[in-house]
Amino acid sequence: MNRAVLLALLSHWRRAPLQLFTLIAGLALATGLWSGVQAINAEARASYDAAAATLGEGRFARIEAAAGGEIPRARYVALRRAGWQVSPVVQGRLGPLRLVGIDPLTAPGEIAPVSEGADISAFLTGGGQVFGRAEALEMLPEIDAVPVVAPEVAPNTVITDISVALRLLDREGIDALLVDPEQPQGRPALEEVAPGLSLRAPQAGSEVGRLTDSFHLNLTAFGLLCFAVGIFIVHGAVGLAFEQRRPVLRTMRALGVPLGRLVGLMLAEMAALALIAGSLGVGLGWLLASQLLPDVAATLRGLYGAEVAGGLTLRPSWWLSGLGLALAGTGLAAGAALWRIATMPLLAAGGRRAWAMAEARGALWQGAAALALFALATGLALWGEGLVAGFALLGAGLVAAALALPLVLGAVLAGAARLARGALAQWFWADTRQQLPGLSLALMALLLAMAANIGVSTMVGSFRQTFTGFLDQRLAPELYVETADDAEARAIAAFLAPRVRSVLPLASVETEIAGQPAEMNLARPDPTYPENWRFLQSVERPWQRLAAREGALINEQLARRAGLGLGDPLRLGPDTTLPVLGIYGDYGNPVGQVIVTEALFAELHPGIVPRRFGLRLDPDRVPEIRAALEGRGLPPGAITDQAALKRFSLQVFERTFAVTAALNVLTLAVAGFAILMSLLTLAALRLPQLAPVWALGLTRRRLAALEMARAVLLAALTALLALPLGLALAWVLLSVVNVAAFGWRLPMFVFPAAYGWLGLFALLAAAAAALWPAIRLARTPPAVLLGVFASER
Amino acid sequence: MNARILLLLCLPAAAQAQGFAGLGGAAEGFALPERGRALSFPADHGAHPAFRIEWWYVTANLETPDGTPYGLQWTLFRSALAPRDTRGWDSPQLWLGHAAVTSAETHHYTQRLARGGIGQAGVEPAPFEAWIDDWRMAGPDFDDLTLSASGPEFSYEVTLDAQGPLVRHGEAGFSVKSAEGQASHYYSQPFFTARGTLHLPEGPVEVSGSAWFDHEWSSQPLSDRQTGWDWFSLSFESGAKLMGFQLREAEAAGYSYASWIAPDGALTPYVEAFEAEPLETVDLDGIEVPVRWAVRLPQEGVAVEVEALNAGAWNALSPPYWEGPVTVSGSHVGEGYLEMTGYE
Repeated sequence: MNRAVLLALLSHWRRAPLQLFTLIAGLALATGLWSGVQAINAEARASYDAAAATLGEGRFARIEAAAGGEIPRARYVALRRAGWQVSPVVQGRLGPLRLVGIDPLTAPGEIAPVSEGADISAFLTGGGQVFGRAEALEMLPEIDAVPVVAPEVAPNTVITDISVALRLLDREGIDALLVDPEQPQGRPALEEVAPGLSLRAPQAGSEVGRLTDSFHLNLTAFGLLCFAVGIFIVHGAVGLAFEQRRPVLRTMRALGVPLGRLVGLMLAEMAALALIAGSLGVGLGWLLASQLLPDVAATLRGLYGAEVAGGLTLRPSWWLSGLGLALAGTGLAAGAALWRIATMPLLAAGGRRAWAMAEARGALWQGAAALALFALATGLALWGEGLVAGFALLGAGLVAAALALPLVLGAVLAGAARLARGALAQWFWADTRQQLPGLSLALMALLLAMAANIGVSTMVGSFRQTFTGFLDQRLAPELYVETADDAEARAIAAFLAPRVRSVLPLASVETEIAGQPAEMNLARPDPTYPENWRFLQSVERPWQRLAAREGALINEQLARRAGLGLGDPLRLGPDTTLPVLGIYGDYGNPVGQVIVTEALFAELHPGIVPRRFGLRLDPDRVPEIRAALEGRGLPPGAITDQAALKRFSLQVFERTFAVTAALNVLTLAVAGFAILMSLLTLAALRLPQLAPVWALGLTRRRLAALEMARAVLLAALTALLALPLGLALAWVLLSVVNVAAFGWRLPMFVFPAAYGWLGLFALLAAAAAALWPAIRLARTPPAVLLGVFASER
Repeated sequence: MNARILLLLCLPAAAQAQGFAGLGGAAEGFALPERGRALSFPADHGAHPAFRIEWWYVTANLETPDGTPYGLQWTLFRSALAPRDTRGWDSPQLWLGHAAVTSAETHHYTQRLARGGIGQAGVEPAPFEAWIDDWRMAGPDFDDLTLSASGPEFSYEVTLDAQGPLVRHGEAGFSVKSAEGQASHYYSQPFFTARGTLHLPEGPVEVSGSAWFDHEWSSQPLSDRQTGWDWFSLSFESGAKLMGFQLREAEAAGYSYASWIAPDGALTPYVEAFEAEPLETVDLDGIEVPVRWAVRLPQEGVAVEVEALNAGAWNALSPPYWEGPVTVSGSHVGEGYLEMTGYE
């Protein structure tokens, strides 16, 4: 019997191949978008973990030189001979690669994933061995160490013995010592053995991981939005299919098929469809991720200095979760329909009236849910704090708006119908209203896609506008010079002093301010700063007071995170506490920052000689000074002019948003597709309603034109509603999510022209979606329309 | 011969293929022991970097004032990846330290690894100092040494005083290890008295007793058919001492050697006369290890039973082996140390 029942059930799809296509395509798109984003996130996280494992940042305490710089070898040996179980690490750049040198004999645990294929003898003698991913090894310059492929090594990183690393980097000292968690009894204190070194506790989670969390949360939110849009489509298709199969179900029940078996078989049918669509979706996600990953990798490198592999790895957890999601999504979309079948009285059949009554009850519930979600969103906007609350606010607001959409549209159409004059106009409005339930899911998808588009493009635009202005302030020096060591730094500074208007030394030290990780920068008293820098808040004459060592300047991120305001004391060193003189915007920088005057910086960090300089000079003299510097042996790469730097900084942000823009376009496309599918499925059902109008004398062409107008009208109304929703979304992104994720608040700018274009695009999408059903209607043979009357129930 | 471990810490596959811990491997470019080369001190207390492997080995039988017995091990191994000794990070000399403290109930052990060339580990002949990290064996001369080691669970510091001369095994320190002629340079100081403190999880323990020092170097001490060895250093109440080992072979009887050391230090070598036969084994995580032996050297009238103080004295290090204190009964009464390698 199973076979017969299943055949009867499946025969529906043969009669409605379009529905089958909608179902599978919708589910595949939803799964694909979601799993594509997940794949990108998983790849990035795996890269961070590999990077952290290379140096054991997450698991081991580290010893570093307190004043920055290298630890001499003798210091390391002195610590070992005092019983400290520490292991040396060096790192540096080897062309495009990060070169890490370790000592396999003393390394705690498995800091370096070089266990596989490692031959201690080859690793330690001769030219040595270099471990890395195949892509990284290809970029290796000509060296005598033997390359060994090791996929576990972090991307763009190669690992080798410390002796080989020091030789390749032409260095002698050690960057840091990793501290084994197991230490022997009775060892002396660190200060006794090696004064000038400081011990840092292991950091919970990799630093890069924390910094990039917000970026990944953004991506995840987009992925979820895409999935939601996809599930709307699936829900529509499944609901329609079940509705149309009611007569079949009634017949089968009447023939004696038990309800349990029927529901069970339908569940199996849905599960099979979900698995097929899910597999397609996972493949689609794979494609999407591999297209986007290089951009994401470039963004993460530019923004956070995090290395992410450019290629994807197929992780079982990833495709299994994609399939799981497809199943869950189908369950979600089909659950309500199956429940109705399971609880429907035996012969309550496919009565359309029953369905309509259920719809009306549904509208009530829908309205109540929308109201509740609006209330929740308002509460979150007023009292919520942090990133999760920000995203919850986004989610609640969007879903509430989507649920309210059919009700609002219904009210608008009812109002229009009352104002309509003439039979045709009245019929048009009434018929549009009647179509609303069938189209509402597609329209919700369009609303969400448009709102997301408006919100994100507003955020991107605001960001860019603010950021270019900020770059103009910040990158005032015409030329930047980077020197290789302290001696060269002093020589170049002396050489430049008489030749340019001013030389601004630049240096930065990682430190901790008010319990937050922060970098301390220095500023030389110079008119450049007061002329160019704008503060969000400051005391009178901040730069003069800074130069007089009366305080320090902090960026907005640090001020927000540590809850600091003007005049609050900052502990800058063991015996130095000074008030906050000003708070400046610092866009694009994820870490806290503090600026002190040059003399104070030198006192707090006596070991640090600034090796970078900003030069103020007549822009016309840039080529001349550049040539003079190159003549003194500076490589061209060490001299950057302002224009190039600005270009690079802007590029970083363009790439960041290229990813979100791509996702945006995809969502909008999915929404357009949803409209097309809804109209196509409705078209066949609507013949009985159109046939009488045709019989009254309206031509098929005219009818088709009205159908097109209807779709465009609904899309236009939706677009109008999407505008305020999108602007609200932008506000949440800029003022809530951004502050929580990055620590700075962006001023909001509006871009009416962009919204106009977007609206036009949405109308075009709707018109394009309506075009095919309309053409089909225009070409429907009169016999078919007549047939409606012949077979009328 | 003494300890014998070695080193190719990270090459377990090679260890299985070629004798225990790679000690049966070929020795390209390395120096080979020479019959008739006279040992000269203090220079030969130092390292011999032209040879592939070398070890300085101390085992001690100690007891507390109330008579509770303890065993102590301190070992420094040198393993050269190439026959040269250079300064700096790229030295091919690797160092490995093992330390252990054994009582009837507990066995604590730990290890250290270091590279040569940077001062983290090494051996200087005069004044004598052998060290790896904070572990040291050092003193103004070789008769008066301080020995220390530490680990997460224990540490110790012991002074050693020589009460007799150095003894040279085999032919004046040329010690043959197989019928094919594999050999090493090998001498001992079996006459140390020891006194010091063990810092154990249960608290500090004052101990005193006797200690035995071995120093041996070679480039290929095992034949590639030899799979492991059983090595005994026994001190009898009469004042005489016996060092004996047998090298096991998979398919044949193997090779044995013994040094009979009179109380005044006079040494009599015995080739293929020493006999050791397992009487009882224990199962240590799936490995059958003999812990009670019948030991005979008929020429000196020795027929004794040797029994482990603690059957679980297994050093699960790289490579793993059994090393622990033993008691002696039978024709002679005394104590000593037993080392067994190559049991799988």
